[in-house]
Amino acid sequence: MSETLARTPLYALHVELGARLVPFAGWEMPVQYTGIIEEHLAVRRTAGLFDVSHMGEARVRGADAAAFLDSIMTNEMASIRIGTARYTVMCQPDGGCVDDLIVYRLAETEFLICLNASNAAKDIAWMRSLVGKAKVEIIDECNDWAQLALQGPLAEKILSAVTALPLATLKRFAFVIGEVAGAKGCIVSRTGYTGSPGFEIYLPSASADKVARALLAAGRPLGLIPTGLGARDSLRLEANYPLYGHEISERISPIQAGLGWTVKFAKPTFVGREALARQAEGGPPSSVILFSLDDRRIARQGAAIFAGEISVGEVLSGTLSPLLNKPIGTALVAAGYAGSADLCVDVRGHRIPLHIATEPFVK
Amino acid sequence: MSNVPSDLRYTKDHEWIKLAADGTATIGITDHAQAALGDVTFVDLPKAGKIFAHGDVFGTVESVKAASDLYSPVSCEILEANSALNNAPDLVNREPYTSAWMIRVKVTNPSELAALLDAAGYSAVL
Repeated sequence: MSETLARTPLYALHVELGARLVPFAGWEMPVQYTGIIEEHLAVRRTAGLFDVSHMGEARVRGADAAAFLDSIMTNEMASIRIGTARYTVMCQPDGGCVDDLIVYRLAETEFLICLNASNAAKDIAWMRSLVGKAKVEIIDECNDWAQLALQGPLAEKILSAVTALPLATLKRFAFVIGEVAGAKGCIVSRTGYTGSPGFEIYLPSASADKVARALLAAGRPLGLIPTGLGARDSLRLEANYPLYGHEISERISPIQAGLGWTVKFAKPTFVGREALARQAEGGPPSSVILFSLDDRRIARQGAAIFAGEISVGEVLSGTLSPLLNKPIGTALVAAGYAGSADLCVDVRGHRIPLHIATEPFVK
Repeated sequence: MSNVPSDLRYTKDHEWIKLAADGTATIGITDHAQAALGDVTFVDLPKAGKIFAHGDVFGTVESVKAASDLYSPVSCEILEANSALNNAPDLVNREPYTSAWMIRVKVTNPSELAALLDAAGYSAVL
């Protein structure tokens, strides 16, 4: 080990639950407890509890907070209503992605931003470098918050057993702040990264263990199980949600990634606007496709995509879809091939035809 | 602790070999290997008649997380691959030493058998 891995406040619980812990973005995280497929299916059928405390958080506040965020994010920030959240991308001037984020509006001049663990330090430095004369303060709160994701059709029933917060009326991408399992100051938002209904809970680090145990105790009789990053990856891929470093990156823009809906060209200026506008008008040089295979072999990151004998792209993410019981994945393919009906992927010398999906495998 | 039956021989690559009196052997992967792989989704095995030298890649075992090569623990000729794994690759997770055997082979260089580990020797590398 060349570096010391950070541990979340739930480390002791993970060990107690028999998790397999692996290094992930500088953290020692549970990749699975009982098995990725079982955990995946629990989220689709009952519920799963994920520790996502490795995710970063930054508070952005000040008189110019909304205008500042609008100047660095692709999506509209000023129009976010207090008590709701919005997904956005933060771009480089060339259109490549610095990160994808969820921005929560806490007050007129105050926002909390959820950052990818692997990008948290980079994001905060990037935002600070762009402040200029704006009246805004960017506070690193990565160590202050733990995060749990309670996901699955029974998530609301389970969460309502440990909180009096009004969950039934909480719309998608809305949040409430209050007490969960005796822990004060929790942010409960109806968001997630699985394609199943559920909540993400931001809570003070010191309360995380208590809240996680209370949720497991309330949910176990209903089929809730602890779920790891392995299932989180296969769930998000079935739902066609991008993962930074795969479907979006410093070299793959939101236009290429099919996230054009997050880019609001009606805004007069924001970092990356010109480059993204050129891509949107002229078509990007390559774009991301979602696919499935009629085979047992999984096409993994880096596998080459062929149109006949021409190499036209590469796989970005690949896994087995437990729902379809067949391999699925995403690939970056050159312009002109994204709609092609006869692409193949090379998996260890086997050429396997790709079936391009026009919709996510779960809605 | 993973299960290491005492009647089998092993390699450091986490394969087990069951030797028969007639010079044939049955080969699979160990309990430790299946646990490390996680949910097995596919096992790619060679056809009968294929010939491998000691250390050659004879197949692939694939889990949700990764694809791993299978190394021939001895020089051998394939007599049979376990077709049950085509439809039920998860047998590898459930019964790695019995129903999830992978290949049955004719050992072509018996002098290589001496280098295999016994259960105590394999347990020591885990």
